[in-house]
Amino acid sequence: MDLATFWFVLVAVLWIGYLALEGFDFGVGMLTRRFARDDRERRVLINTIGPVWDGNEVWMVTAVGATFAAFPEWYATAWSAYYLPLVAILVALILRGLAFEYRAKHDTDGWRRWWDGVIFWGSAVPAFLWGVLLAGFAQGLPLDARHDFTGSLADIFTPYTLLGGVVALAISLLHGAHYVALKTVGDVRARARSLAARLPIPAGLAIAGFAIWTVNMRGDGSVTWIAWLAGAVAVGLVVGGQRMIRDGREGWAFIATFGAVVAVGAVLFGALYPDVLPSTVDTADSLTVANASSTGYTLTVMTWVAVPFVPVVLAYQSWVYWTFRRRIGVQHIP
Amino acid sequence: MDVIDLARWQFGITTVVHYFFVPFTISMAFLVAIMQTKWMRSGDERWLKLTKFFGKLLLVNLAVGVVTGLVQEFQFGLNWSDFSRFVGDIFGAPLAMEALLAFYLESVFVGVWIFGWGRIPPKIHLATIWVTACATLLSAYFILAANSFMQNPVGYEINEEAGRAELTDIWAVLTNKVALITFPHTIMAALMVGGAVVAAVAMWHLVKGRRDPSLAEPGATSDAGPFRNALRIGAVAVLLGGVGTAITGDIQGKIMTEVQPMKMAAAEALYETEEPAPFSLFTVGTLDGSEALYSIEIPQLLSFLSTGSFDGEVQGINDIQEEYEELYGPGDYSPNIPVTYWTFRFMVGAGGLAAAIAAWLLWSTRRGRVPTSRWALRVTAVLPVLPLAANTFGWIFTEMGRQPWLVFGLMPTASGITPGSTAGSVLATLSVFTVLYAGLTWLWIWLLVKHARPGLPDVSAEARWGRRSGDDGVAHGGDDGADGDGDGGRAGVDGQPDEEDRPLTFAY
Ligand code: HDD
Ligand code: HEM
Ligand code: HEM
Repeated sequence: MDLATFWFVLVAVLWIGYLALEGFDFGVGMLTRRFARDDRERRVLINTIGPVWDGNEVWMVTAVGATFAAFPEWYATAWSAYYLPLVAILVALILRGLAFEYRAKHDTDGWRRWWDGVIFWGSAVPAFLWGVLLAGFAQGLPLDARHDFTGSLADIFTPYTLLGGVVALAISLLHGAHYVALKTVGDVRARARSLAARLPIPAGLAIAGFAIWTVNMRGDGSVTWIAWLAGAVAVGLVVGGQRMIRDGREGWAFIATFGAVVAVGAVLFGALYPDVLPSTVDTADSLTVANASSTGYTLTVMTWVAVPFVPVVLAYQSWVYWTFRRRIGVQHIP
Repeated sequence: MDVIDLARWQFGITTVVHYFFVPFTISMAFLVAIMQTKWMRSGDERWLKLTKFFGKLLLVNLAVGVVTGLVQEFQFGLNWSDFSRFVGDIFGAPLAMEALLAFYLESVFVGVWIFGWGRIPPKIHLATIWVTACATLLSAYFILAANSFMQNPVGYEINEEAGRAELTDIWAVLTNKVALITFPHTIMAALMVGGAVVAAVAMWHLVKGRRDPSLAEPGATSDAGPFRNALRIGAVAVLLGGVGTAITGDIQGKIMTEVQPMKMAAAEALYETEEPAPFSLFTVGTLDGSEALYSIEIPQLLSFLSTGSFDGEVQGINDIQEEYEELYGPGDYSPNIPVTYWTFRFMVGAGGLAAAIAAWLLWSTRRGRVPTSRWALRVTAVLPVLPLAANTFGWIFTEMGRQPWLVFGLMPTASGITPGSTAGSVLATLSVFTVLYAGLTWLWIWLLVKHARPGLPDVSAEARWGRRSGDDGVAHGGDDGADGDGDGGRAGVDGQPDEEDRPLTFAY
């Protein structure tokens, strides 16, 4: 594997890690609306992700940073093409971050209701839009010979990418329900389990449709078998998760949806390779792993940083999950 | 306004707002870590109270610092894609290192610190705030190294064919002489912010408590002792930071004269080369090279600032302009002179005033004294604003003084912009960010004031936790593995002791 491919894999891992981790806290955020019945339940939900959501979000920051460092052309083209949706994501994430920190810092109903709304929309909007934008990589965009985007919003929001958004939403919601079932006690836990039992069929259908569409659209020249295999695994895990929840194995169910997110990510990036952003106008203008990457020297330097430190980050982040492994319920809310 | 101006405004506003909050986080993290260490060392509850009290202000601020940082990471691609293409090979590396080496540490460990009170062994809890604080230094270093490349490009080679700058020596980028001096200057400047906040809040409580003890919150009079300690720490931090910024700023001036002589000439609005050159405290009149109407000058000071000798020659704008036209072709190579001239003075002036006030606070509270005049209260409202303003002015000076270059000598600002971006969409997002940032800054002030006003918190719970630490460490280690317990949806803590059901202290 050459260095550019190695970095393609690493960037994919970072994006997938982001979706798998922040995916469940997006899901929990979306559950604070209807699912939670009162303020104490809402606080239970928010506190299950309290110590970890910011660390999860850094996966996004790192994914973007790594894309910039390893594939400057990819970053430059995609980020300027996705201008308005990215600004929408930023606004949502800014408000969402403030909501977690500020919700409890003042004590009136109006204040809390406002931040609850922010948590809901601030979770749903980015989950959906990231699905759209990442699917957009596989779909490709109209690019000219300089690799500049020449299209409009209609080239970004297509039926295929919208399906990508729906997949991201559905899987985040299911993942979040599993997480809540795993992290809480009492009534909240029971309801999370029954919600989790109802979601897998629609989610599985969306994933299956997305996987088939992706592989057919990309056709040859990509690592198609990875995409096929991953699609099947994803659907299997989502549907299997239902059983695990019914058997009371919430930890395994959570791991199953975690795996499903990874598998959907593998469909996407597996089908994308060796392109990073195909041009829908002329394939000669596509951005590929080869023509979008940094120099060998930069990639080497970055590899020296990433190889030792990614495991370290994983270690201390896992330690945090372990430290806060205890279940919580309304009786713990002061 | 054309699209370039709008994009510049957008970058300027979003970065200045991010950096408005950052120095607060950097310094306050250290000050809180010091307070918590003092508590752990001495077991004296007053330090614990101060830790909790200022920790809350830190968290209010950290939230805005983090969320405005997200925008920074996206900015280079959004409006400045040709810039990203041109320098990505070099510039992306420190950015990615910042995320991997610093942001994970910060965000993960600050989460443990927030939620860990009473739940993890106190020593480990103390370590988490120190890790967070040190990680802020790391993130500052990497981002400043990236910025320093733009001020003084090093360790690269231009690849004509690919049309970009390519990295040849990462070590040169990370030890850029501009980065090496910018870092301590920035950190010292940050120290002044946290110090000023701590000192001002403490002073306010002291004066208020003395002026009208009946008005104070219940128990507030007993807060006088801890607040006096906090005042000392804060004021000393401001003074240290003041001396530190002056020393490092002086060195920075010399390096700047070397790598960007135009910026130094612009800082003084010095049109003709002079030997020795004076430094003007202020000028009335335009700064367009015609005679000033009125100005107070300190002879030879500019020579000293930029060369280290009182007789040194300082090049004027006109000479440098000629030199650059020969080097880079026709064009205007001077930045906006009034902006650079005044921001430089405001930076130094605001910082100096903050240091003077800090000294006055120390003097006026010596040996148990507490001033009770209305002025003593007013001063506490002004003090935190000064270093914040100085930081902002310093950055505006640095970034505007670099103009018309985006990457000095390599890429003019106008050519870094995203091709095909339209004024309409940039204006729309600029408006969104401006409104959002105005709102969050307002919220930030309001919440800081709200949480700074009451007296010190009750800390009996944490104090007990701290004392128990010696023997059994964790208060409770309830265990639910990943595997649930399969009891079909009823509360999963059946059969466990009631202890497990008592309310916990939650942050959210
Ligand atoms: C509390 C804040 C503060 C204070 C009191 C000072 N500075 Fe400063 N200064 C900054 C905060 C700052 C800053 C915001 O942090 C900057 C912006 C970029 C940088 O490196 O630091 C800065 C930049 C900056 C630069 C520009 C460097 C460049 O563009 O390459 C110079 C020459 C100085 N400073 C010099 C001084 C001197 C001589 C000072 C006092 C005697 C001084 N500063 C006090
Ligand atoms: C945190 C401190 C910083 C502040 C307060 C700051 C401030 C500013 C300001 C005020 C401008 C507008 C200049 C103008 O309109 O002429 C600007 C421009 C810019 N700065 Fe900075 N900057 C900071 C750090 C950085 C860093 C670390 C980088 C790079 C990593 C950077 C890159 C840029 C770029 C690309 C522009 C846009 C082009 C331009 O208008 O000059 N800045 N910055
Ligand atoms: C223009 C370039 C910059 C970029 C791309 C950038 C990026 C970011 C990002 C993404 C975050 C959020 C991290 C999280 O989610 O936890 C952040 C926070 C932070 N940044 Fe920046 N930043 C820039 C300028 C600066 C500068 C110049 C400094 C310091 C000198 C700085 C210091 C910090 C610190 C200490 C934090 C964490 C604490 C806080 O959020 O208040 N940043 N930055």
